[in-house]
Amino acid sequence: MNVQAWTFLLVAASFALYIGIAVWSRASSTKDFYVAGGGVSPLANGMATAADWMSAASFISMAGLISFMGYDGSVYLMGWTGGYVLLALLLAPYLRKYGAFTVPDFVGDRYYSQLARIVAVVCAIFVSFTYVAGQMRGVGIVFGRFLEVDVNVGVGIGMAIVFFYAVLGGMKGITYTQVAQYCVLIFAFMVPAIFLSLMITGTPIPQFGLGGVEQASGIPLLERLNGLHRELGFGPYTSGTKSTLDVFFITAALMVGTAGLPHVIIRFYTVPRVRDARISVGWALLFISLLYTTAPAVAVFARTNLINSVQDVPYSQVPEWFTKWEDTGLLTFNDANGDGRIQYVGPESSMTNELTVDRDIMVLANPEIANLPAWVIGLVAAGGLAAALSTAAGLLLVISSAVSHDLLKRSLMPEITEKQELLAARCAAGVAVIVAGYFGMNPPGFVAQVVAFAFGLAASSFFPAIILGIFSKRTTREGAILGMVSGITFTAAYIVYFNFVNPEANNAANWWFGISPEGIGTLGMLLNFAVTMVVSRMTPEPPAQVQVLVDLIRVPRGAGEAHELSI
Amino acid sequence: MTEASEHSHADERPSVTDPETVARHAEYWRRNIRLLGMLLVVWFVVSYLCGIVFAEALNAFTLPFTNFPLGFWFAQQGAIYAFVILIFVYVKLMNDLDREFDVDEGASS
Repeated sequence: MNVQAWTFLLVAASFALYIGIAVWSRASSTKDFYVAGGGVSPLANGMATAADWMSAASFISMAGLISFMGYDGSVYLMGWTGGYVLLALLLAPYLRKYGAFTVPDFVGDRYYSQLARIVAVVCAIFVSFTYVAGQMRGVGIVFGRFLEVDVNVGVGIGMAIVFFYAVLGGMKGITYTQVAQYCVLIFAFMVPAIFLSLMITGTPIPQFGLGGVEQASGIPLLERLNGLHRELGFGPYTSGTKSTLDVFFITAALMVGTAGLPHVIIRFYTVPRVRDARISVGWALLFISLLYTTAPAVAVFARTNLINSVQDVPYSQVPEWFTKWEDTGLLTFNDANGDGRIQYVGPESSMTNELTVDRDIMVLANPEIANLPAWVIGLVAAGGLAAALSTAAGLLLVISSAVSHDLLKRSLMPEITEKQELLAARCAAGVAVIVAGYFGMNPPGFVAQVVAFAFGLAASSFFPAIILGIFSKRTTREGAILGMVSGITFTAAYIVYFNFVNPEANNAANWWFGISPEGIGTLGMLLNFAVTMVVSRMTPEPPAQVQVLVDLIRVPRGAGEAHELSI
Repeated sequence: MTEASEHSHADERPSVTDPETVARHAEYWRRNIRLLGMLLVVWFVVSYLCGIVFAEALNAFTLPFTNFPLGFWFAQQGAIYAFVILIFVYVKLMNDLDREFDVDEGASS
């Protein structure tokens, strides 16, 4: 069987599995729809969270990014895992104890204010939409490259699948499909990594292979790659080029942003007890770390393989994968010196670089570059789709619950019945799928950039409001609202200025304290904390019933299941 | 498990008016904050200090029995392992603390 037949078979089989699970786990109440009935086991929730969290960006792009950034890529590895420590220690158990359905629910009740609720709804919808458009695009790329269908048709197929199980099953359907999707994606990521590790270093465990010896040369792999980099005029792989302060701020923004993303937080409402919320964060990070500790190994294998298989090779003798990716425009060769050979060199070399490789294709192209069997390549396509679809579904649920629960039920039309609310939730999910699909087919040029900035925005808005809501009883409505507004406005303004208003000035010389727009969310978060704390001390303290609520959140006993409540 | 006992948090207010319970909960919270503080120090040291601030300096060493430059290893492997361990340690210590202060979920009446 050839690559395309394998891809088709594996993708179709995985889709059939997801649909089967969706039919089996239909939602019959709003509680099923929002929090999967509240009875998910911590282990299953950990897996679902891992799939929810690991998007097309983690599966398809991250190893490629690290491959080209070397040490600087560490910001993603530490940033996207360290946030779970904050989530486990500072957020998940308390939000579970509070037991609402959504994040704006908590913000609105804790800050006894409809305005705070609405601000939170707007932040949640904005963050989720920017994120989901990127996922749909990922679906389109995988279809386009491996099944050779049009990108738009690919997005359409992805939309239909997500529509089916998110609208029908709500959180319940999403949770159990995500468990299956985690299994598919981790298998798809590990198999090629193990193959590559065996081929290059002779050990089957990629995490050890990374610190091992390259068999062909007998030199430690990382030393060998640093050597190749030196030869070709790239900076050393294991040292960075970004300033230490910037790396520090970007890592912090990604960590705090992770802990503040609504689609991750709501996953911890689905378990029965506070204790389960704590341990399921642990399971989630364990499952995530399997991919995240493998990715840097894949990055190094891919980098070494790429350099070895293209550098100084005559263009007439390039392998088949090279030509295929050239067709997509994601890999381009321009014979600057006219010698018919590929010169792939870095900025410090005296020669001109002739090859441009899009970072996003490294994971997808890797098995082909290494000549792995056809079924492995098909598996990678199925894994990429699982990663993109699972994250898209989680985000769509946040959008639909923000509309049907926070906006309709809790703000505009409190008298609607549960049946009507469930219908509204399904309609909102349906509309959200269509909007997301539209952006996937017609991506505004800035989607990719905005996705990275969603973290900064989440860090500078939600995180301080939730933390202070739990850890400081004195935090008032006025403080939280002004804090959220000033944090997100400052962060958004800095990002918009350097990316859209004055892009020429977007370099370290003009940045404040040398902090790039990617890392500015950390400063926005600090500003939010400062504003909230100062204003809270200047305004009347929160009503007694809110202080009682905070006391209750702090003690695990009596969590019950996630439910609706009014104070 | 405590099913069906509360449908509204507002019904649970009695528990916070009893002075002995209030004092116990306050002490529980103080101990919780201390535990969080200690774990977050470790979190900060493995990632921000070993993986970022001192990474270049640590790269002069290699991780024993491997060929990893040490700072690079912390940034791309070690910090992540430490995060996973931290959460499981937190879960264990916190569940113990819950039981010690009689606020765990298993034994409620």
